Amino acid sequence: MVMEGYSVILVFATSHAFFLEKHLSQAGIESKMIPVPRQLSSDCGICVRISQNSLPAAKRIVASTGVEIEGIHDI
Amino acid sequence: MNDSLIYLDNAATSWPKPPAVGQAVLRFMEEAGANPGRSAHRLSVEAARRIYSAREAAAEIFNADPLQVAFTQNATLALNLALYGLLRAGDHVITSSIEHNSVMRPLRRMEKDGVEVSIIPCSPWGEFDPDDVRNALQPNTRMIVLTRSSNVTGTVLPIRRIGEIARRAGVLLLTDEAQTAGTFPIDMKADLIDLLAFTGHKGLYGPPGTGGLVVGERVNLKELQPLIQGGTGSRSEYEEQPVFMPDCLESGTPNGAGLAGLEAGIRWVLEKGIPTIRQHEMQLCSQLMDGISAIEGVTMVGTREVLLRTAVVSFTIDGLQPSEVGQRLDEEYGILCRVGLHCAPAAHRTWGSFPAGTVRFSIGVFNTSAQIESALAAIRQIAKRNH
Repeated sequence: MVMEGYSVILVFATSHAFFLEKHLSQAGIESKMIPVPRQLSSDCGICVRISQNSLPAAKRIVASTGVEIEGIHDI
Repeated sequence: MNDSLIYLDNAATSWPKPPAVGQAVLRFMEEAGANPGRSAHRLSVEAARRIYSAREAAAEIFNADPLQVAFTQNATLALNLALYGLLRAGDHVITSSIEHNSVMRPLRRMEKDGVEVSIIPCSPWGEFDPDDVRNALQPNTRMIVLTRSSNVTGTVLPIRRIGEIARRAGVLLLTDEAQTAGTFPIDMKADLIDLLAFTGHKGLYGPPGTGGLVVGERVNLKELQPLIQGGTGSRSEYEEQPVFMPDCLESGTPNGAGLAGLEAGIRWVLEKGIPTIRQHEMQLCSQLMDGISAIEGVTMVGTREVLLRTAVVSFTIDGLQPSEVGQRLDEEYGILCRVGLHCAPAAHRTWGSFPAGTVRFSIGVFNTSAQIESALAAIRQIAKRNH
């Protein structure tokens, strides 16, 4: 069995991370707030981690909220 | 607590607070006292989470989006952020004759710098005609700024009708909800408000040092010049202030403990329900107004109609300075109120009570009918002794 990987959504502000976490949760997508992995740049310090399984749905949710994000990266 | 005191100064700062408010402040200090949004360690994240939760509560009570809420230390700072942030020399702004100095002083200062100010009069009986606002519109009008309710007399202005005028004219509406947040139904979207300034320590039952500015979708953030700039924990590689909410208006470490208390206050208000709170306060307000108008030598200023006011009652006693009345109420009766001009000289001119001011009783959710009766008895005695 192949282990499922993770993606992280990098945001511009901590409050944006909590905002996205709430919207993802309302759509039934599990997420976790984690420190930004060292190889990725960001400045607010935390990012939103989701499983790659839920990436397409998560992208739709992010777009629907209108919050500007720094990017999405696989980790 | 001092059970023998009768606290009637809730329009200045509400007291007492629901126990949950102090508990939330303490919990924040003990469990999440780190710097929010600056680091990624667990305490920093926890602090940021609790502040975000306060943002959600504030958004809920005003029907806004959490990211539209920028926290400030009070309504005064929120009003200054909006006024200085958006008005430039050559712009025209419309306001009313019953504003607090938190609006009048920045506008008088900006007037010297080339901002044109029109002040729409409100009658001594509280009549404020939206057509007067419409007629004051000019091609360079950028904003209408109004208090929703006078902090001197409780008179409520017709915000939604002004909102319609503002939308039609393409100008921004900024409201000062210092007196109404938590005590009066407010719906940022339905009332067509673009910028909403509130304080946490009055009707929201939060600690002093909390408040905020809610910024609606029609405000172009690129045009909103931040009055205060500094560290936000975001975009730290740039030496320019970020242009997204709420960071553009929130520089420096926020009052996390206070905001945790504010959230508890707002949740308490939401749980109790604003209509229930308002009904209680207006019932006591009617009792107070009926009692006062029956006392010889006592004159109430402003409007009586309960549907068009909040629970703030201003009055004078013939032959006595308001300060003297206030001192006697405190020392002889344990009744705490506010006297004088209430930081609103323009409003007192409107009501005809300038420069001496008035005695102001402002009712909160914890006041009781028996307390109002005691307060009326005290005024009766003071007025009688003076005759």
